[in-house]
Amino acid sequence: MSHHPVVVIGSGPAGLTAAIYTARANLSPLVIEGEPSSTSDQPGGQLMLTTEVENFPGFPEGIDGPELMTRMRQQAARFGAEFVTEKVTAVDFSERPFRIWVREREYSADAVIVSTGAQSLMLGLEAESRLLGHGLSTCATCDGFFFRGQEIAVVGGGDSAIEEATFLTKFATKVHLLVRRDVLRASKVMQDRAQANDKIEIHWHTVVDDLLGSDRLEGAVVRNVVSGEVSTMPVTGLFVAIGHRPNTDLFKGVLDMDDNGYLVTRSGSSYTNVEGVFACGDVQDHTYRQAITAAGSGCVAAIDCERWLESVGH
Amino acid sequence: MADGIVHLTSASFDDVVRSADKPLLVDFWAGWCGPCKLIAPILAEIATEQPGIIIAKLNVDDHPDIAMRYSVMSIPTLIVFAGGEVGKRLVGAKGKGQLLQELSEFLPTSR
Repeated sequence: MSHHPVVVIGSGPAGLTAAIYTARANLSPLVIEGEPSSTSDQPGGQLMLTTEVENFPGFPEGIDGPELMTRMRQQAARFGAEFVTEKVTAVDFSERPFRIWVREREYSADAVIVSTGAQSLMLGLEAESRLLGHGLSTCATCDGFFFRGQEIAVVGGGDSAIEEATFLTKFATKVHLLVRRDVLRASKVMQDRAQANDKIEIHWHTVVDDLLGSDRLEGAVVRNVVSGEVSTMPVTGLFVAIGHRPNTDLFKGVLDMDDNGYLVTRSGSSYTNVEGVFACGDVQDHTYRQAITAAGSGCVAAIDCERWLESVGH
Repeated sequence: MADGIVHLTSASFDDVVRSADKPLLVDFWAGWCGPCKLIAPILAEIATEQPGIIIAKLNVDDHPDIAMRYSVMSIPTLIVFAGGEVGKRLVGAKGKGQLLQELSEFLPTSR
């Protein structure tokens, strides 16, 4: 078993900022950064699946999401943060030092910073597991290339959906944007971008009921939720960006959560209901969900953590 | 292959697959793919630690014909060739533990 003053669980902008600050405070943080995957639940978090980040201050020309995360990780490592590229499998926060397991390997910590983020929701259709990687994709930046000259669809109406749709027009001849409501949740600049792009066709009030094709996607069965009309859209690619759910399964019954599973923090701070456990980033934020707000809250958690450790005589 | 990894091209692909005397894992990847970058160090470790399997990479951007031949529509895709035939196909990035488990049938049992 190895003991660390601070263990950070998760390594998106929140976790890595918390690691930078706690490392600089000589708290030798161990970052259990997660495991590679092709979903947003991976080291580096959701930004690992994005292309250009245009709104992170300090990068006037924009910066690729994975590049930004690589730099944040290097910055944390420079000040002595250690990394474990695995996923936490269990925690025991009932007494201090807190205990954290990666399978059979145990770690202990005087304080824990939870920054496990949120992962993309899937449609919940039976056909999804069959067609994942065969036309259905969780990563537009990875897979857009394979849909050159094809007609594809993106499901969702938020910033990520429009970012993906816009990105995919570089390859596809046409991108159908399937939006459940009659408005886009996306920011004004992204909405304007979608509406100005003549390769993007927006279908309002539209949901996906089924996916067709046995070993590769051949079409999507879509339904207009107002008229009830069902039709088949002959798309060979489908990208899903319908929102996120927080990665909090590990903390059920341990940390307070709201009805949607987001961790509850004490107003204006990163304190959870367990003294010595702090939360930051999207795992506790369903309102702002930006790289910069996550980074900001990671800094808050690190400072809360440092002061709390001092107060208990660490 | 100074790093223990074979870098394949459209020109070399068939020869390398045909002449491999051990299972050959081909990582279909590209520079723009974040998850591909995350598994690269894991594959490098496996290349060093597991002499029973050959680790190779094919850049789909530079060699799209090979990617198309194997209907690769998502990267990273890992295809294991055994005796020149496709023995296993793994789509999407995975952690080292899970990857080794998926590859166990191609690794010596003495591990």
